[in-house]
Amino acid sequence: MTGPGRIGGGAAATLRFRFDGVPLLARPGDTLAAALLANGIGLVARSFKYHRPRGIMAAGVEEPNALVTVGEGGRTEPNTRATDVFVYDGLVARSQNRWPGLGFDVGAINRLAAPFLAAGFYYKTFFGPPARWMFYERLIRRAAGLGKAPTEADPDRYEHRAAFCDLLVIGGGPAGISAAAEAASDGARVILVEQDRALGGGALRGDGGRPIDEAALRAAGVRILTGTTATGIWDHGFVTLAERLAQPGERPRAGEPAQRLWHVRADRIILATGAIERPLTFAGNDRPGVMLSQAVRTYIRRFDVLPGRRVVIATNNDDAYLTAEAVAAAGGEVVAILDSRDTAPETRFPVFAKAWPVATRGRRHHLASVEAEVGGVRQRFAADLLAMSGGFTPVVHLHSQAGGVLDWRGDIQAFVPGASRQAIVSVGAAAGEVAPIAATVAHLPDPKHSFIDFQNDVTAADIDLAWAEGYRSVEHLKRYTTLGMATDQGKTSNMAALSRLAGAAGVDIPQAGLTTFRAPFTPVTLATLAGADGGGHAAPCRRLALYDRHQARTPIWQPLGYWHRPRAYPLAGETLHAAALREARAVRTTAGIVDVSTLAKFSVAGPDAAALLEMVCATGIAKLAIGRGRYTFMLREDGMVMDDGTVWRLDEARYLLTSSTGGADRMEAHLSYVHRVLAPHLRVSVVAQQEHFAGIALAGPLAADILAQLSGQAPPAHMGLAEAAIAGVAVLILAASYSGERAFEVYAPGSVAGPVWDALDDATRARGGFPYGLEALEFLRIEKGHIVIGAEADGRTTPHDLRLDRMLRKAGGYVGAQALGRPALSDPDRLQLVGLEAAAAIPEGAMLIAEEGAPVEGHVTSAAGRILGEGGIALGSLAGGRMRIGDRLIAASRTRQQYVAVTVTDPLFYDPEGARYRD
Amino acid sequence: MMRIDCPHCGPRAQAEFGYERTLDSIVTIDMPANEAVARLYARTNPRGLDDELWRHGLGCRQWLVLRRHRVTHEIVGVVSFDQAIHR
Repeated sequence: MTGPGRIGGGAAATLRFRFDGVPLLARPGDTLAAALLANGIGLVARSFKYHRPRGIMAAGVEEPNALVTVGEGGRTEPNTRATDVFVYDGLVARSQNRWPGLGFDVGAINRLAAPFLAAGFYYKTFFGPPARWMFYERLIRRAAGLGKAPTEADPDRYEHRAAFCDLLVIGGGPAGISAAAEAASDGARVILVEQDRALGGGALRGDGGRPIDEAALRAAGVRILTGTTATGIWDHGFVTLAERLAQPGERPRAGEPAQRLWHVRADRIILATGAIERPLTFAGNDRPGVMLSQAVRTYIRRFDVLPGRRVVIATNNDDAYLTAEAVAAAGGEVVAILDSRDTAPETRFPVFAKAWPVATRGRRHHLASVEAEVGGVRQRFAADLLAMSGGFTPVVHLHSQAGGVLDWRGDIQAFVPGASRQAIVSVGAAAGEVAPIAATVAHLPDPKHSFIDFQNDVTAADIDLAWAEGYRSVEHLKRYTTLGMATDQGKTSNMAALSRLAGAAGVDIPQAGLTTFRAPFTPVTLATLAGADGGGHAAPCRRLALYDRHQARTPIWQPLGYWHRPRAYPLAGETLHAAALREARAVRTTAGIVDVSTLAKFSVAGPDAAALLEMVCATGIAKLAIGRGRYTFMLREDGMVMDDGTVWRLDEARYLLTSSTGGADRMEAHLSYVHRVLAPHLRVSVVAQQEHFAGIALAGPLAADILAQLSGQAPPAHMGLAEAAIAGVAVLILAASYSGERAFEVYAPGSVAGPVWDALDDATRARGGFPYGLEALEFLRIEKGHIVIGAEADGRTTPHDLRLDRMLRKAGGYVGAQALGRPALSDPDRLQLVGLEAAAAIPEGAMLIAEEGAPVEGHVTSAAGRILGEGGIALGSLAGGRMRIGDRLIAASRTRQQYVAVTVTDPLFYDPEGARYRD
Repeated sequence: MMRIDCPHCGPRAQAEFGYERTLDSIVTIDMPANEAVARLYARTNPRGLDDELWRHGLGCRQWLVLRRHRVTHEIVGVVSFDQAIHR
């Protein structure tokens, strides 16, 4: 019998699972990899680029080959390492990247086409004629890639949790356990994290260490998190941990999330993250049946699985001799130990010094023989397992992420943690306590089939090619060959690649450089990062105080930032556009009401209130009479328009400032900045009141009548204000118009505003009017040429561009005045606000061009139709626009295939004299 | 994520704070135009310690001055802005 299989004795295999549809049994505690090997399955996957048959190489998270899809439906998790999933009853796993099946895979034909896919293939194709890329793209998209993401929603819950500790120990092997125990005995709050489901690390493969007393650790107060990976170390002792409560594809226990993301803040961190064994580089080193030496030991001692019966061991260090002992003890035959060093240790096994593998032969599922160079002579050994050890790479990822320095150690041919930037210490194998190796460079007769990065199918020949084509920096090499860019981030391949590059360059490895280690250490599912913030909880929903009133009319809701506002109130069978047009026409002919509660509102009070407002606003404030208001706008320091609104003088030293909904938070911070940082001497208090007051705008030719009827008093003149009572509720009335009609904003505390809305709604409807939403609001303000922050003012727009320059305060003294003085900001050739009119609808966002193929001269910022007339109107930004009234242009939207002839006009399409909103 | 020791609230996560600017890029209202523009567009970016203006926006809402290392993110001191300008 050959190939992998279970060693006799031990627990019964009771867990049922399926691999590619075949029902199999596993023992409790088995990883999927162990269970597959126990069932004699060697071929587990096809490789990324060449679809080469691949098996299981490692026993931990560093596994580059055995990626499978686990789970079904919404619980499907692609690209899961078979070595990192513990079998549960009912587990379903599928191989990836093969069609029609794992054994016979059409994509393997890529192997015949291997020259096509050598290093830099993509770049060369990009730089070739476009048709070449178009041709290859289809083939590549079908052939490349790993597992497929599921399309169903994930049914499970994910959560985030915060924790604080004096000491965080990452790694639950012997070094980590003793560090945690010691700190806990000193009374420190300790968290111990282990990515495996069991503590033990190297002890799990029988490499000694004290017996693990988990109960004693817990009794000492250590919080132990197993199945938990430290995915990244960030600033100031902040560490993210991904805890897996359910295995991939497994239904979580009742009431538990599938995974949990911990945000840990630790005063001190100990990294006991161990080391990863390196493969050797030779032809066919990727074949099923070629494994890492320590992994072989793990399968034998932890899982009672012998991955092969006739075993060749290839090594450059003493550690692999422990594997020979384990193989022999399990009943396997050690055919040969190939030791690349000049002298090999004394042992009872057949050992060859100055010997290394050069090629392998085998079938899809297992190895048949190993061809070796022994003292300069070729020799073949029949074997079904090759256990290789190329030395050990300390896991320095987290140390490096935290800004720590790496030092080079020649005796182990690896980087070890040097000085730390934070309170972080590495211990054990992570600190370089690993077996020394001989840094011999073995002869490599067939670099094209000698794999360095197994997961991305990068061979030694690819690295040689990159070097020959002039890629000298390791960062360039990485991008050119895709080395280390797979889901394993090169855990097993980095050092071999650096060694090859250094060899080509004739320098030492430290001179060749090292790419940056980035989080996450192992892949993290997006659901874990999202936690509970998914679905409808991705952002808070801010509801209006009058939400119930609107909802009773079943409006179309529109999100605006976090706010949800009615877009229109369609009657039965009405489209959005028809409803909005009806509502807008009501405003032009009778009256309408709209909820404007979301406008930012600030109470600015105190003896120096006007002085503060004159710093924030670029228009005159101080001369405003009590009981009057004014349009105003604010600039950023660079002279661009930041926001606009209105300012009202309520009494001698009390003002109300309104500004745009979307800029409310920014304006709050800006007012605070100007007051507390630029002018802390001012005696003024600023209170943000956006949510305190509900606001209802009443607009239309009948608005003044309706207001007089409801309040029992004469309405204030345009830009005047009054206090009154409507439906028994005290209200503040501001006579401002955004629609072009006579209009009033009525404000009342949000908690009591309902009756005010009802009264206005009833009175308006009685006169033939309607409530209106944001869509009609847009129609009305576009026709009137009112700008919106974010559309007409897009952060690159000066007051001059918007024709607001005549309102600027001549004396200056406001934020942005100095920068605005630069001549370029009032250059007449800048993009300037214009109106556009056309016979048909004008596409919003369209480019403005003189003719097809001509340069772009501007763009359409907002578009609508005439409310009472026919044809399209729009606002736009046009180079030198103020001087171009009457020009004919094309509003071109290539993506929508719309081309509309437009005429440039003043940005005002309705009642240019302003007769309708004045008294 | 950094940890910032707010003089009013104690140590809190960076997510509660907002970075505003470096102290030497504050443009006062009465500053001459050439100096204002220089502060906007010709700032230094030292590889080392610098004084920065932050606001504890999701906490006490006070303005703070952090002396912070641009490379290591080490925070040497945090004082309220009022205190900083009166030093």
